[in-house]
Amino acid sequence: MSETDFTTALRERFPGVTERPSLDLAAYDCPHGELQDILRYLRDDAGFDMLMDVTAIDAYEESPRFTVVYHLFSTARREYVRIATPCEDDAEPRAPSVADLWPAADWHERETYDMFGITFTGHPDLRRILMWDGYPYFPLRKEFPLAGHEVDLPAPDVAERTGAKVLPAPMMGGPFHSPQKGPMSRREPRADDESWTETREKDAAQALPDGPRDFKHSDT
Amino acid sequence: MSTTTEYGYNSKVEGEVVVSRADAVINWIRRHSVWPMPMGLACCAIELMAAGGSRFDISRFGMEVMRFSPRQSDCMIVAGTVTYKMAEVVRRIYDQMAEPKWVVAMGACASTGGMYRSYAVLQGVDRIVPVDVYISGCPPRPEALLDGMMRLQEKIRNESSTRGLFKDRKARELAYKEA
Repeated sequence: MSETDFTTALRERFPGVTERPSLDLAAYDCPHGELQDILRYLRDDAGFDMLMDVTAIDAYEESPRFTVVYHLFSTARREYVRIATPCEDDAEPRAPSVADLWPAADWHERETYDMFGITFTGHPDLRRILMWDGYPYFPLRKEFPLAGHEVDLPAPDVAERTGAKVLPAPMMGGPFHSPQKGPMSRREPRADDESWTETREKDAAQALPDGPRDFKHSDT
Repeated sequence: MSTTTEYGYNSKVEGEVVVSRADAVINWIRRHSVWPMPMGLACCAIELMAAGGSRFDISRFGMEVMRFSPRQSDCMIVAGTVTYKMAEVVRRIYDQMAEPKWVVAMGACASTGGMYRSYAVLQGVDRIVPVDVYISGCPPRPEALLDGMMRLQEKIRNESSTRGLFKDRKARELAYKEA
């Protein structure tokens, strides 16, 4: 079955499926409710037997805010397809779990839950996988700053003994920080200042795509 | 017939007695048998393993006995990025080590958080354990680790160990609290 074959069959069978703008792979948007049926069809009938990735996109001020993205691979035809589906609720986003279709989805969905706070309904064991249990934020959401927020250490006794806390990380300065001069290709890869990662307004100069940043006048 | 009793220095055993200070002897023993606790958390641990191999051969300094039990080790080498989730474990393993104990922060991440200016990473292991030696590098070469361990040996050499022998050692304060 070639790419066009499964494309036509997919769209005939699921009229809700629409093409998604993509620069590389075949990509489709599909409605929230039909997701499991579509993925089951792609696995069983279209030969996409391998789940490569589950992740999500946060569109922040748009609605639907969260989109879950699945990358499937056909080991027989060596072909990829990308399926995206919007989440139901913007405040408490939900998506159906596909852990029963591919066991690989189990940890991918846990990571997506950990980073974006998307609840996968029907998941066998939806816990955080990277951050500790009880961490109050979802770090890959757009409103979360790279530096983080101040919270207590996960272990109260260690926190009491050492006085340590989870603190916002400094973005600039410190003994291991090289000066941010010279062309971007040669300097340390890091955010120039906190406005890149925080939700504050950027400087007018930095907001322009080719604004007068230091890489323009620095190749000495 | 009279017997002579020799007091103090006996010339007949000269050459078999060495006179020294207790501190010097204890510190000599301690600094040549530093058993490390390899707290390998990231790529620095690869360099730590290289230092254990025959090319760099950390056993020249009596440090090849990597103990994976905190009860048997003297020096925790924190090699790698300490996340907030792991910080608890690092501190607990440090607490389980018997005195006297030392801590070496190997590499940029363990020393200051390094390039990880991020919500998940502890910005320097000295926030939770008292660090004796910081080693720069990302990751440091095995030579740099050996140099750091030799500096630790120097530090041990200058400790007054006898004073602490018959009483409990006081838990050390964290460096950033003293400042």
